Amino acid sequence: MTHDDPTPPPSSSRPLLEICDLNLDFGTPRGRIHALRNVSLDVPAAQVVGIVGESGSGKSTLAYTVMGLLAENADVTAGSILFEGRDLLTMTAQGRRSLLGDRLSMIFQDPMTALNPVRTIESQMIDIQHHEQGSRSEKRARAVDMLHRVGIPDPKNRLGAYPHQFSGGMRQRVCIAMALLVKPALLVADEPTTALDATLEVQIIHLLKDLQKEIGCSILFVSHHLGAVAELCDRVAVMYAGEVVEQGAVRDIFRNPAHPYTRALLECDPGRIRKSTRTLPTIPGEVPSLLGAKVGCIFRTRCQHAFDRCVQENPVEYRIGVDQVARCHLLGQERLVSA
Amino acid sequence: MSALLRVEDLRVRFRTMGPLKALATGTNAPFLDAVCGVSFEISKGETLALVGESGSGKSTIARTIIGLQRALSGSISFDGQEIEELTGAERKPYLRRMAMMFQDPIGSLSPRLTVRSLLTEPFRIHGLKERDAGVEAARLLRLVGLPADFARRYPHQLSGGQARRVGIARALALEPDLIIADEPTAGLDVSVQGEVLNLLARLQDELGMAILIITHNLNVVRHMTDRMAIMYLGRFIELGSTEHIFDQPRHPYTEALLAANPEPDPDAVFNRIELKGEVPSPMRRPSGCEFHTRCRYAQDICSRVFPESSTSPDDPEHSFRCHFPLAREVISGFGRPHHTLVGTK
Repeated sequence: MTHDDPTPPPSSSRPLLEICDLNLDFGTPRGRIHALRNVSLDVPAAQVVGIVGESGSGKSTLAYTVMGLLAENADVTAGSILFEGRDLLTMTAQGRRSLLGDRLSMIFQDPMTALNPVRTIESQMIDIQHHEQGSRSEKRARAVDMLHRVGIPDPKNRLGAYPHQFSGGMRQRVCIAMALLVKPALLVADEPTTALDATLEVQIIHLLKDLQKEIGCSILFVSHHLGAVAELCDRVAVMYAGEVVEQGAVRDIFRNPAHPYTRALLECDPGRIRKSTRTLPTIPGEVPSLLGAKVGCIFRTRCQHAFDRCVQENPVEYRIGVDQVARCHLLGQERLVSA
Repeated sequence: MSALLRVEDLRVRFRTMGPLKALATGTNAPFLDAVCGVSFEISKGETLALVGESGSGKSTIARTIIGLQRALSGSISFDGQEIEELTGAERKPYLRRMAMMFQDPIGSLSPRLTVRSLLTEPFRIHGLKERDAGVEAARLLRLVGLPADFARRYPHQLSGGQARRVGIARALALEPDLIIADEPTAGLDVSVQGEVLNLLARLQDELGMAILIITHNLNVVRHMTDRMAIMYLGRFIELGSTEHIFDQPRHPYTEALLAANPEPDPDAVFNRIELKGEVPSPMRRPSGCEFHTRCRYAQDICSRVFPESSTSPDDPEHSFRCHFPLAREVISGFGRPHHTLVGTK
C-alpha cells in the first residue's frame, strides 16, 4: 500500500454507481413489504453521497442491496444497479463475490460486533486482502501501515490483539482500516458513527474525509445524523418510507430544501434551533405501513400541504435549480425531469 | 427550593480482578474508581443533565442512586433521609418515589410480558393491590399518548419510539418525585426524539417531578435542562446552569465537547476543537489534571498538580476544575463563543 500511489479518480463523466428505478420487496407472512420503490441514485466517482432518513426509511436496505447482503426474503422486482458499467443485480454470485473486498467494501454500524471476536486483528486484516498479491509479511506490513494511518498508536504491537482489547472508537477505526485496506472504488458506510460518542464521531468523520481524499474512492454514507452528513458529504439523498423524496448537492438540500419532508426533518433537528426551547418541533403522525400497493404521495398523511392530487397520483421527480430533484406535486409548476 | 436528592462525595469502586490474580500479577489495587468524589443536588421539579463520554461514570451514578450498585463511600440523601445505607425493605419506600428509564428501550422490557403487565408491575411490587390493573394501564398509556389497545402487545411488537413511551409510562406509574432517564433518546430519529422529549417536558410541567437526564447528546441538554454537569473519568469537571455553560464553558473539555457537535449546515464555519486521542483508562489515571493528556492548553503545572474545584466569579453556582479556566473574548460566528486563555495562577 505504501509503495504505489493512490488510485486517481476515473476521468470518465459516468457515475461510479448508478442505481436506476430500483424496486425491492420483502416477502412476509402478512404480505409483501415494498421496502424500496423507484429508487434512483447516482454516486459520482470520488464523491461522498449521504443517505438520510428516519429508521425504516430503507436507507440501510439500499446500502445492503448494493453490497448484496440482503436477507433471503428480499426480492428485487425491478431496476438495476450499475457499478462501473456492470449491473450488479444480473451478475453471477461469483462475479459479485469477487467485487467485495476489492472494488467494494463496507463499514458496519456496530463496531462491537463487526469484527470476529475469536480471531486477532492481524489475521482478520490479512484475510481481507485475499484479492491482493504479495506474501503474508507484505500484507501484514500493509495492515500495520493502515492502522497507523487511522490513528491507532503502536500498531505493530496492537496487531496481535483481539477485538475485545480495543475500545469502541478504536474498533471502528480498525473497521475503517480494514475497509480501506483494499483500496475500494466504493465504500459503503452504514451509520458508522451512530454507536460512538460525540467527540469520537467528529474524529471518525474527519478520518473518513481525509482517507477518502487520499485514496480517491467514493463513499455512500448512510446516517440519520444530519450534522455528520452536512460535514462529510458532497451530495445528499433524503429517503422516506422507501422512496428517495429529494436529492441534490449538500448545500442545496440544507439551504434550500424543496420537499416538505426534507424541510420538516431539518426543522426537527434540535441542533438547528439556536434558542433554547422547551417544546421541540416534531413531524406529527407515523410512517405509513409499506404493505400492499401504494397510490399517491407517500408523505401525504403527514404533509401539511397535501391536496387532492397527492392522493391520486405518485409525484414524479421535479428539477429545482441545477442539481436538485424532489418528488412533490407542489413543484408541479416547475419543469418536469421525467414524466 | 429544598434539595430533593443530595449526593455528597460519592465514590464507586469496581473490582477488576480476583484477589488471587491480583496476588499473582502483583497488582496492589485491583480496583477501578468509576465515580470519584461526586457531589450534587437536585431540587424538586428541576432537570439536571449528566454529560460525558462512555465510561465517564454517568450511568454508574444513576445505578448507585437507585440502589443497583453499592457506593464505596459518600452519602445519598433523598428528601432529607440518608438512603445509601438502607437495603431491601427499608429502602423500598424511597424507591417508590424514584423511577428509572433504562438506556435500551426494548431490552429493558421483559419480552414475555404484555405492555399491560409491564405497566402494572410497579403496583404489584409495591403492594398496591387495590388499584385496577386494566384501568391503570389505560390511564398510563393515555398519559404517554399511546392507544389503549397497546396494553395487549408484547415488546417485540413495539417500535423504538413506542417502547420508549412504554418505558416512560412505567416510570410514571407510581407518580415518582424523581425520574432518572438514562440516554432517553439514544437510537431514536430526530422527529421521534422531539416527541419523547416534549412528552417528558409536558409531564414534568403537569406532575412536577425532578428529572436527572444522562446523555451525551448536547442538543437535548440545551433544550431540556436547567443545570448540567460534565463528567470526565468519574469526576465532575464542570457543574453549573445549562445556559451559562453553553454561553461560557470554563473547562477546556467542555469547550471541546460543545464544539464537537456537528452542525447540520454544510457551510458552518466554526473553530472545531478536535481532541487528541481517547479517554484514558480509569485504571491508569493521568497525574495532576486528568485531562492534561488531551488538553490543548495544558501547561507544566497541569501534569503535576490536581486542580481543586473553583467557582466562577460572576456565578457562584458554576464550578469547575481547571488551572487555566477559559474566559470569553468576543462572540462571533453562529453564536459560538471564541475563547482565549486567561491564566489565573
